[in-house]
Amino acid sequence: MKSVELTINGKAVSRKVEPRQLLVDFLREDMRLTGTHVGCDTSQCGACVVHVDGKPVKSCTALVVQLDGADVKTIESLAADGEELHPMQEAFRQNHGLQCGFCTPGMVMSALGLLDQNPDPSETEIREWLEGNICRCTGYHNIVKSIQAAATTMAATNK
Amino acid sequence: MYEFDYHKAVSVDDALKSLTSASDGKLLAGGMTLLPTMKQRLASPDVLVDLAGIDDMKGIRKEGDQIVIGAMTTHAEVNLSALVQKEIPALAELAGLIGDPQVRNRGTIGGSVANADPSADYPAALVGLNATVTTNSRSIAADEFFVDLFETALDEEEIITSVSFPLARRAAYMKFPNPASRYAVVGTFVAELADNSIRVAVTGAGGSVFRQAEMEAALGKSFTADAIEGIAVDGDEFNEDIHASAEYRAHLVGVMARRAVAKIA
Repeated sequence: MKSVELTINGKAVSRKVEPRQLLVDFLREDMRLTGTHVGCDTSQCGACVVHVDGKPVKSCTALVVQLDGADVKTIESLAADGEELHPMQEAFRQNHGLQCGFCTPGMVMSALGLLDQNPDPSETEIREWLEGNICRCTGYHNIVKSIQAAATTMAATNK
Repeated sequence: MYEFDYHKAVSVDDALKSLTSASDGKLLAGGMTLLPTMKQRLASPDVLVDLAGIDDMKGIRKEGDQIVIGAMTTHAEVNLSALVQKEIPALAELAGLIGDPQVRNRGTIGGSVANADPSADYPAALVGLNATVTTNSRSIAADEFFVDLFETALDEEEIITSVSFPLARRAAYMKFPNPASRYAVVGTFVAELADNSIRVAVTGAGGSVFRQAEMEAALGKSFTADAIEGIAVDGDEFNEDIHASAEYRAHLVGVMARRAVAKIA
């Protein structure tokens, strides 16, 4: 077992973990943060996307031990008080950007990674960015619309 | 995945020591290939030596007429680097075509190069730009580095520390990506180097990246897409899978080469 210290959704966490434990399993099983999903488990579908030190990564393809000292943010960090949705979540809701919802946490975290880097992306840039996030329900149109809407709101409210 | 011990190396020497004392140790860079391989139990190292803590192996700098990229620099960092975008834009662009954004935030140039996947993008840039791979013990020209399918000139216990790319007069990379994995079905890197030599490097088609000598000669005479129009590519030894036949890959080599030339002619 190896000792790790991480910040998860703003909270300092220290644990002993097996070197082979994946970040996504640590989040879901040890931290009980089950908003992050395991879809394909082969780093293709993007349901497991979380932010590590501000950047979106696939948590099914990272070991917890690699991330000792890192700052991890999951979907649960966005509407932390459970009342007001983050503008990105609200945009998915308003634009019907989800059907079954399985891919949504990863979509939202990926989309926020895009806006961090490019606050005003074109439709093409959004679609290219979503290469690593697979949705089998929506056909992506409403997801793209949601991200465009969120970009507008977030630019206006500076969030 | 099977159990293993984990060591986060603090220096290249520390990593070498740890690797040497393991019976089947493996170096961990970004883990974008190694971790999935271990999950499938196709690899079961007893020790993983993580290189992510070695600061000397990160970063991008200009040294004379070379861009030197630390082995642990991620694809996203190369893609977004103002220095690479200015000095070798084709290289920045290529890095932005690897995998997807999340993979680019973890995957590294050193890991990709050491793995030598026949469909990886970086090998085309290394050979196309006549780059040099620097390890803990020596420098290896890209032409000698890539040997065969997942096989390089690296010794068992040797660590890539950086890759140096000479500035090119002009360069372009065009690839036909597998729509699911984004790996290159075929990718062609065309460059005119500072010494006027022309290079055409092809990835995805064969067991390893290779140069297309006939196209290089034709482009030396006339740097136009038309100059390589009639050149037949022999696909006898090419890769064949459910995504593309060898014959189709041979066809794509010409198409991608012409598109790359047209972009910078």
